[in-house]
Amino acid sequence: MTTIAANPADFHDHAHDADHKPSFFARWFMSTNHKDIGTLYLIFAIFAGIVGGAISGLMRWELAEPGIQHLTTWASMMKGSGANLDEAYHMWNVLITAHGLIMVFFMVMPAIIGGFGNWFVPLMIGAPDMAFPRMNNVSFWLTFVAFIMLLGSSFVPGGTGLGAGTGWTVYAPLSTSGSVGPAVDMAIFSLHLAGAASILGAVNFITTIFNMRAPGMTLHKMPLFVWSVLVTAFLLLLALPVLAAAITMLLVDRNFGGAFFDAAAGGDPVLYQHLFWFFGHPEVYIMILPGFGIISQIVATFSRKPVFGYLGMAYAMVAIGVVGFVVWAHHMFTTGMTVDMKMYFTAATMVIAVPTGIKIFSWIATMWGGSVTFKTPMVWAMGFIFMFTVGGVTGVVLANGGLDDNLHDTYYVVAHFHYVLSLGAVFSLFAGFYYWFGKMSGKMLSEALGHLHFWLFFIGVNILFFPMHFLGNSGMPRRYPDYPEAFAHWNQVASYGYLVMLAGVVVFFINVAYAFIAGRKAEDNYWGEGATTLEWTLTSPPPYHQFETLPVIK
Amino acid sequence: MSKSANIKTGIMAGALAVSMVGVGFAAVPLYRLFCQVTGFGGTTMRVDEAQAATVQESTKTMVIRFDANHRGDLPWDFAPERPTDTVTIGARDMSIYIAKNLSDEEVTGTATFNVTPELAGKYFNKIQCFCFTEQTLKPGQQVRMPVLYYVDPKILTDPNTKDIEEITLSYTFYPVDQSDK
Repeated sequence: MTTIAANPADFHDHAHDADHKPSFFARWFMSTNHKDIGTLYLIFAIFAGIVGGAISGLMRWELAEPGIQHLTTWASMMKGSGANLDEAYHMWNVLITAHGLIMVFFMVMPAIIGGFGNWFVPLMIGAPDMAFPRMNNVSFWLTFVAFIMLLGSSFVPGGTGLGAGTGWTVYAPLSTSGSVGPAVDMAIFSLHLAGAASILGAVNFITTIFNMRAPGMTLHKMPLFVWSVLVTAFLLLLALPVLAAAITMLLVDRNFGGAFFDAAAGGDPVLYQHLFWFFGHPEVYIMILPGFGIISQIVATFSRKPVFGYLGMAYAMVAIGVVGFVVWAHHMFTTGMTVDMKMYFTAATMVIAVPTGIKIFSWIATMWGGSVTFKTPMVWAMGFIFMFTVGGVTGVVLANGGLDDNLHDTYYVVAHFHYVLSLGAVFSLFAGFYYWFGKMSGKMLSEALGHLHFWLFFIGVNILFFPMHFLGNSGMPRRYPDYPEAFAHWNQVASYGYLVMLAGVVVFFINVAYAFIAGRKAEDNYWGEGATTLEWTLTSPPPYHQFETLPVIK
Repeated sequence: MSKSANIKTGIMAGALAVSMVGVGFAAVPLYRLFCQVTGFGGTTMRVDEAQAATVQESTKTMVIRFDANHRGDLPWDFAPERPTDTVTIGARDMSIYIAKNLSDEEVTGTATFNVTPELAGKYFNKIQCFCFTEQTLKPGQQVRMPVLYYVDPKILTDPNTKDIEEITLSYTFYPVDQSDK
């Protein structure tokens, strides 16, 4: 490639051997290598996941019994002096806000798009790197700064107490006139930065996938994971700017006397909800589509068959992405909609079950008649399919405008979105991690510990989240630190479930430590003949610069 | 996969993102327009005298309730002169709201309004009203504010609204902070 050799920086690398790596600081802090940036994203996401998971642990601890047990103590610790009950309640709002924002913007998205996307999109399409390596670096560090800023907001005043207690949706007027102090401004600014980082990342992925595929790799030959990242990148590009606009209006309302969402001056707080959910609904597909891609790769690999209905699988994701933009108001059924509007949003939402069903049935059809081996990534993938289907079914229930009047803002909703995200997206993350860890690190994880991790986690999250369906059906509302005695039993069960899940996470970290200390060296293609994508033609870990001679796809 | 092709694709993708920011902000006037056109959320319609003159009166009547609220920090007394009117559908009616400044300072307020049931907003036509105009009342001053309106007879043919027997017109006054101006 003469165009590459003409670049002096690349020429320098060519003068040395292909695997020449820069010094530690230059490699990790000024990184432009897609694999190193992917690694940074994964480490960052694991760290953010620990923070977000610890916060959910605090919440389950408080919710284990009726009454306020620990909240006042924690609020006093944060404040440095005795906190009153209002400040304790505010602390609860801060916890739910932080848990939601961290898990969405700083755990799932960095891991699945920044981590696995950066690592494997270029490898799978036979590209030497991402299209804009320096912009890739900017994306990561913007995300990092955004996370620090969100954490920092917990230590400054946010109205009733310290921190931003608006919920991850940042609804006005609670986020405008209801939260005086810099905490909410900081949280909004953090969202701006994280959003900008994701938009830059999306531009990078789109350019890479459109322009840098190896000779012969047509769009219809791309692995499904690459398809999933392509669709996700477009969703990011179309949805995140609308969030940026909406939260900018919040800033104007908060600080510059604006009245976008202030009814007293002719604004409308419901407009904020429309703008937020125009972003927010595609956002849930942004979190799950790359997971679909990972699951497709894994199911095909361990069934030793090409995925069933490749084109249907690819265009099902496109269809989910497109329809995902016209269903947002099903999050707002209780804001006073007409019956006609409820009918439309109910029907449009249910339509999404069709392409989603195509995916579920195609995964099952891929396994059908295949020679299935139950390696760790495969059990996680099968766990994903099961759990995501449960979450999808409750999603169809909630799509009904009439039913939603009753279930809106109850624990039924909490159960639903944790089944599709905490058990869907997170299972796909673990599946991908077990699938590709050997390729990324050159060391093999323990199969036995991987299976133990799976079963503890699987049982734990089901004990944790399944009872929430019962709580929601009985009318327990979301976002409260306290509840009547009647809800005590299933809340206690759920909190025990958290402990089982936690044990699973501990096994995960033991497994990672085991792999680095005593893990078997990974071969080039350690999953055997079922693994057919391009990353398996490289060494484990791949060379620092791969595909200097582009592979040709037949 | 030349560099210039990458930059071209990158710029196109970036432009798409930037235009979506524009769409986000454009949503504000579009949403207002949408409410005004469809009567969404109980937004009432504005008509001029010429349009109002063309309306055919129907034989049916409807009860209109008048509701008046004000935010707690506005030191006003605000109430309709009559709590209800029974009007012929299609015929004009005038209702009077009375506001009185109870404080010993000059106070400015502005009102928002809507009707319930919200579906009736599309058929509730105001010829003259005091919506969103700032009212400044001197200490102890009392004003009578008229609302001239009629209910469009089309309300009787719309299957979603033909069973409506009563419409409530609600006004809420908020203080206007003069220090911002």
